[in-house]
Amino acid sequence: MKKYLKICLPVLLAIFAVNFACGQSDQNPIHIVRPVTFGQKPVPISLDGFSGEVLSVLKFDLYVQGFSFVSPDAAQYQISGSNSGNVIGHVTDKIARREILSRSYPGASLRREAHALSDDIVFAITGKKGIGQTKIAFKAQSENGDGEIFVSDFDGGDPQAITHDKAIVSAPAWVPGRLALYYNSYRLGNPDIFYNNLATGEARTIARYGGSNISPAPSPDGSKVAMILDKDGWVDLYVADADGGNLKRLTKSVEDESSPCWSPDGKWICFATKIAERRVLAKIPADGGAVQRIPTPGAPNPTEPDWSPDGKWIAFTSQMGEFDICIVPADGGNPVILVPGQDPSWSPNSRTLIFTKLTNWRYSLSVLDVFTKQVKDIGRISGNDSQPSWAK
Amino acid sequence: MKTMKMIYPLAFALAIVLAATGCKHQPLNVTPMPRGITPPPREYVPTTMLDTNPLGSQINPNLPVIGQGIEAANPLLFEGMIEDTNALAAYTIHFPYDSAAIRDSEKANLQSVASELATDPATKLLVTGNCDERGTDEYNRALGERRALAAREALAKLGLDPMRVRTISYGKDQPVDSGHDEAAWKKNRRDEFILLHPNPNMPAGMPQS
Repeated sequence: MKKYLKICLPVLLAIFAVNFACGQSDQNPIHIVRPVTFGQKPVPISLDGFSGEVLSVLKFDLYVQGFSFVSPDAAQYQISGSNSGNVIGHVTDKIARREILSRSYPGASLRREAHALSDDIVFAITGKKGIGQTKIAFKAQSENGDGEIFVSDFDGGDPQAITHDKAIVSAPAWVPGRLALYYNSYRLGNPDIFYNNLATGEARTIARYGGSNISPAPSPDGSKVAMILDKDGWVDLYVADADGGNLKRLTKSVEDESSPCWSPDGKWICFATKIAERRVLAKIPADGGAVQRIPTPGAPNPTEPDWSPDGKWIAFTSQMGEFDICIVPADGGNPVILVPGQDPSWSPNSRTLIFTKLTNWRYSLSVLDVFTKQVKDIGRISGNDSQPSWAK
Repeated sequence: MKTMKMIYPLAFALAIVLAATGCKHQPLNVTPMPRGITPPPREYVPTTMLDTNPLGSQINPNLPVIGQGIEAANPLLFEGMIEDTNALAAYTIHFPYDSAAIRDSEKANLQSVASELATDPATKLLVTGNCDERGTDEYNRALGERRALAAREALAKLGLDPMRVRTISYGKDQPVDSGHDEAAWKKNRRDEFILLHPNPNMPAGMPQS
């Protein structure tokens, strides 16, 4: 550390000192030391007594939350149980030599019981809420370009179409804490923004102005929605009340803004744009004000930002020939390039990302544990599955 | 009066001073650029056409502001119109990568579109903006719209009433060539022009003067 600080330039200090220690090494011109390290080793666990769907659900859920599967003697945590009848699970901490979970799950499908058990395993071991019982929305598109918005379990289980538009659809976005989402559909011959409340069946038209009405993004408290409109002649960022009323224009730039997302405190809207002939990420106060760039050095052409629910990171897509999933500290710093892919969306616990993967020119969804970089693919339900949004 | 005689030369001198210092001010229709930001290319940006934006005071001053966008046409006035996708198909225009700049080579096509619309004032125009498959989904949807707007603005400069023109972006969802190379991408980065005829059964398509 001493060595790093000594070499550190005063200018860099001025920029980064508030939040970070910084330094220089031969390979990396600016190396920012964060409390989080990437390429973490997964936690070794063993799984015994499960079979079939329950075993595969447990393996999927735990792999994308940073666990690896080993024999019982090599495991740090030994997980045993059964799924004859209902699911039963036990977790033993091999180092502390004690049982830290023992529970049965009556009364649901085996699949649902397995997800519930995976959540309890994650909580018993890490003290954090798991993602086993979370939901996603995504776009499923056929070869002719038409598609529908689907909702499923985060691992792709139980997919259900929530639109019947037979048109281009795009950009589903969950309202945090509610069984409701915004999306874009061309079903009336124009790209317009709609709202569907899946609990009540309420459907609303939110924006149907002249031009394109695209990329809706509800605020963390659900009271506002940001979107991209060009009703005034330029492709700009707007914000409105949840029902589309009280519309306010936030940017006025001849360049095209896209993919707004909110900081978890609701104060900022981050979006992709072009400034000085370069594609950049930027943020603007949600009630209007000056645009600030979010630098992503080494990760060019950033688009599709998504702010983590804990506020620490902005995930985005970088394009340098191919596409990569990247994350950058929300308050400034160097981006980390994770895996090839597009359009990342954070899990509610800010650990896992769901994203779109392009294989042989077809899109499908994958889940990534950010800290171990362990990835699992989700089975495709249509010609192309893309634009995932993780319910929070 | 002595004082009156003095006023003329003084006023003359004042006028010269004002004229000289006045030259240092920006012309009224040019907004100074914020420092550190290079203005985007200007050739496809309209000068002040119709600024009907009522939110002028809320606009963020730190973004490049040159000219004004042209307010979108009311989509209800296009409902039910009959689409003729063939009439103007020959005049499709193409764009450079990641750009909405209209090349000089495309201007003859725009002139043809404007001339065609001029022959029948009851017709209207749909401009669809499209992108190649490189670049992410919503980025392309926004870029495609900007390409459609660039054509609408250029047509307005050629005298076509922009209220007769509506725009849609298809992003990368409607490629004409499904190939994955530059030859295909080049064809897909385009604006298509669709002629709209009034529908005799649906008066909404007619201008309501």
